[in-house]
Amino acid sequence: MIVKVLGPGCRNCKNLERAVRAAVDELGVDATIEKVTDFPTIVGYGVMSTPGLVVDEKLLVSGRVPSAAEVEDLLAAVCTP
Amino acid sequence: MSLATRMPTSTRGRWITLSVAAAAWAGAYWVNEHLWDVVFYDLLGMAPTDRLTQSLHFFFYDTVKIALLLSGIIFVITILRSYMSIERTRALLGGRREGVGNVMAAGLGVVTPFCSCSAVPAFIGFVAAGVPLGVTMSFLIASPLVNEIAIGLLLTLFGWQVTLLYVAAGLSIAVVGGWVIGRLHLERWVEGFVFETRLGGQVVDSTTGLTFNQRVQIGAEEVVTILRKIWPYLLVGIGVGAVIHGWAPEDLFTEYAGPGNAFGVLVAVLVGIPLYSNAAGILPLVEALYDKGLPIGTLLAFMMAVVALSLPEMILLRRVLKPQLLAVFIAVVGTSIVAVGYLFNVLLS
Repeated sequence: MIVKVLGPGCRNCKNLERAVRAAVDELGVDATIEKVTDFPTIVGYGVMSTPGLVVDEKLLVSGRVPSAAEVEDLLAAVCTP
Repeated sequence: MSLATRMPTSTRGRWITLSVAAAAWAGAYWVNEHLWDVVFYDLLGMAPTDRLTQSLHFFFYDTVKIALLLSGIIFVITILRSYMSIERTRALLGGRREGVGNVMAAGLGVVTPFCSCSAVPAFIGFVAAGVPLGVTMSFLIASPLVNEIAIGLLLTLFGWQVTLLYVAAGLSIAVVGGWVIGRLHLERWVEGFVFETRLGGQVVDSTTGLTFNQRVQIGAEEVVTILRKIWPYLLVGIGVGAVIHGWAPEDLFTEYAGPGNAFGVLVAVLVGIPLYSNAAGILPLVEALYDKGLPIGTLLAFMMAVVALSLPEMILLRRVLKPQLLAVFIAVVGTSIVAVGYLFNVLLS
């Protein structure tokens, strides 16, 4: 699974990345975490307020930092269709 | 453990928790009203008329008062604003003509939750979705200029008349400024990639589907985030305010920027543009200067210049605006602020 954290590098984006790493570790899934800092690409995913969370090219969260537990639920839902 | 999971889930438990928090807040506010009189005059035996006493009293009293006011205001406003989102704002603005669009954009700029770090994606998202440039600019001007935190603080420090003036002036500047930029047809001065950006098919609304407890959590987090970010500005602002309150002679500022000086507003705006603070940090200073006899129009213009035109925001906007358009933006907003300052000074003198 490919997880992308969208944001130019402000504090919210770093918090989201931390939550994502924690969630991935907790679930023990095989995931690549990428950071997207390029504005046209960020907006291309439909994100207008950062940070954004994209899993397998699907936008799941934008404009707020979900807790690690919430990210875990979101990722778990993607893993078990 | 997050706050959202610790909050009671029943409606009744939730209201009890929030009521207890509100009562604690009001109690702390009441204590602060009297605490420093007791500390300085009774315990330390300092004379209330002494300059040092006045400065120290102002500093401690104002620091606690502003911190309490900010916490309360940010918490409530963030929860209210969590029912609005930038995605909904864009949907409302899409296909609007200029004029009506500018007015709507300015109003929405005030109520939409928005952080300056999102200025660039929001700009691209608006323009690429076909919102006219001028309408987008109205939104981008109103958003920092008519700051909801400033509204709350002005209301408690200066009363509703000044607050109303501030909101009306800020909205007018945003509407007129955006409209002028739209009429000038300056699309060629927007960086080309903005128009080439292809929008994804899916839009996730940032705030729908949250539970009330999650919104409370977001509100509490926002209080911590903002206070952590602005406390240095706040202390500097209150510190300078305290020195002015105790030590500055009555006629020091009125001589240079008082009602008698025709260039007062202009000077205030020129001083304000390079200063970077936020409304919360600048208001204690404004309060102290007001006590020293500076006219309110000059002070509002000063505050708006500090808040709306700042270097970090300009650097961000430079990513999407070419230098020419950025210059037009600064000129239009700066001129409007000066005009508003003079207008208020005339109306209120």
